[in-house]
Amino acid sequence: MLRRLSTTLYQRPRLVLALLLGPPMLYMLVVYLGSLAALLVNSFYRLDGFTGQIVRQFTLATYADLLKPANLDIIARTTGMAAAVTAADALIAFPLAYFMAKFASPRLKTVLYLGVMLPLWSSYLVRVYAWKLILAKEGILSWFINLLHLNAPLDWLLGLPGIGGSSLALSPIGVFIVFCYIWLPYMILPIQTALERVPRSFEEASSDLGARPSETFRRVTLPLALPGVVAGSIFTFSLTLGDFIVPLSLGNSKFFIGQAVYSHQGTSGNVPLAAAFTMGPVVIMVIYLLVARKLGAFDAL
Amino acid sequence: MKSNLFAFRAIALLAAASLILTACGGTGGGGGAPIQEVGEGEGAVSIIAWAGYIERGETDPAYDWVTAFEAQTGCMVTVKTAATSDEMVSLMNEGGFDLVTASGDASNRLIAGGKVQEVNLDLIPSWSSVDERLQNAPWHTVDGKHYGTPYQWGPNVLMYNTEAFPEPPTSWDVTFVEMTLPDGQSNKGRVQAFDGAIFIADAALYLKYHNPDLGIENPYDLNQAQFDAVVELLRGQRTLVNRYWHDAFVQMDDFKNEGNVASGSWPFQVNLLQFEGAPIASVIPVEGATGWADTTMMHADAPHPNCAYKWMEWSLNPKLQGDLAAWFGSVPAVPAACTGNELLTDAGCATNGFNDFDKIWFWRTPTAGCSDGAGDCVPYSEWVSAYIAVIGGQ
Repeated sequence: MLRRLSTTLYQRPRLVLALLLGPPMLYMLVVYLGSLAALLVNSFYRLDGFTGQIVRQFTLATYADLLKPANLDIIARTTGMAAAVTAADALIAFPLAYFMAKFASPRLKTVLYLGVMLPLWSSYLVRVYAWKLILAKEGILSWFINLLHLNAPLDWLLGLPGIGGSSLALSPIGVFIVFCYIWLPYMILPIQTALERVPRSFEEASSDLGARPSETFRRVTLPLALPGVVAGSIFTFSLTLGDFIVPLSLGNSKFFIGQAVYSHQGTSGNVPLAAAFTMGPVVIMVIYLLVARKLGAFDAL
Repeated sequence: MKSNLFAFRAIALLAAASLILTACGGTGGGGGAPIQEVGEGEGAVSIIAWAGYIERGETDPAYDWVTAFEAQTGCMVTVKTAATSDEMVSLMNEGGFDLVTASGDASNRLIAGGKVQEVNLDLIPSWSSVDERLQNAPWHTVDGKHYGTPYQWGPNVLMYNTEAFPEPPTSWDVTFVEMTLPDGQSNKGRVQAFDGAIFIADAALYLKYHNPDLGIENPYDLNQAQFDAVVELLRGQRTLVNRYWHDAFVQMDDFKNEGNVASGSWPFQVNLLQFEGAPIASVIPVEGATGWADTTMMHADAPHPNCAYKWMEWSLNPKLQGDLAAWFGSVPAVPAACTGNELLTDAGCATNGFNDFDKIWFWRTPTAGCSDGAGDCVPYSEWVSAYIAVIGGQ
């Protein structure tokens, strides 16, 4: 019986492929694309403001709502934060990834790997909450700053319009710091992978041909590692774009896209506007991925 | 690129399919005549409630008004907590629940939406013991029909830090206008406001007192000019507020760790912070205060109507009402609960605001027709978008 089954399968490689790929493809289609489609449809409905019930008729009123200055402001704020976090993470991650890929001994590399991965083992919520306490006005960081008599620069920083606030935890600076911390591992690992793939012989050849180390780095290593940076940036950018826990726990109550979606669908029952909001990141990410693809990021994943 | 095209086509196909599917479904109506007698319990009842409203002694064994009900009626209680009125409305719209403890800014929306049913008061013997001030309150009585039983009520008090204010502040202006507080520092970055559009009424109440020229009579009935003035005040407040509070426990955290000294709040937070020994007190300032009056309402398609009636009757017993008032810092809907309750003590009702009923503007849903149905007011949906814009600093 079993033998016959295995013979049948052996003779029909296409059937095997269908059996193996079928369930995940079905899952992908129904759960992932299906929910996306449901969102798209919902975004063309509207909410009756008084009863809070959804009027299931085709309308563009919800998109008109989305284009109000207050909502565009939310999208701009979120995209700006995602871009800033991505840039900062790339700057922080590159030197470490470079060291891990080029200089660390196998033993040290394992330790560093572990160090990068370790935060991912503990709950995301716990880490965000820990940062909230670190950055609080009466938290440990303020205490240190006070000890070192650095209050004046901190006050200056918190007094900056647009990014300042009453304390680090309750300002956009705090949100930025926590985002950078939370997503950093997702930037380090792809860059490190990309750098490992740059053959040492290329660098040696460059040096043999008379290039200074800085020139080799700029004209050989960096271009070859760039797909890794772009791959990492897909993670940091999209994760920041969709997150609502960090700006809910820290920051000055100004909405990010994730919070707007959460509050519109969860608390005010305005599923159409929430759906329209989610189309924002979808469009942004599609553009981003197309550009990333051009830059060869998918080869570095 | 080919695979991308395929994905796009698949999305488009699915979108078309679900459009057709959903277009066929209609919205259901609700609400027939109320039942005429309470029969055997169905063995279960599910309630949407504010956090801390339905306690079964899990936090503190002394506060338990569920276990006895379950033993007596056999109706097992399940609770779904909600953080805002909007959340309650959306949960009720989803359905599958029997009861909701709705505030006045949710109750009228639920009635208008046909999501709750008329209650037959003859089946609730304790109705006669309900505070007369609440029996015909407009937030659960429409066209002479009663849509639920009052549960608890209370004011939105001004909570303050007694180290920053050796004397209690007398006006809400400490949270609305930039000023130097008694401790010598500015209030900038040290005050909070509620993260819900209904807070616009608090600002309107402030202007009603300080800017009589605007002619605000009811903070829930604002014409466009009054509304614009209120939003302007709130924009100014944004520069003072370090963070809008949403979750009672996060607000308590901010008063402990972020140096907050004044904010609109509920007696619940004040009681808990005082219990922890924090230098916190509360006051109802000269402008008056907004407040909430909650009603236990029954879903139009409640799956367990008999148990729901049994709970409504049970919810009015003086022991439960007094214990709950002590726990939540609220005022009982049944005056008999104010005397002889060990947890609340005989002074409890007065402390929680029993005598301030007339000073309080209870939460209502602002409607385009104003509360008399004839006027020209700014509706709640515009309150929501305006308040999101204010918080966003626009």
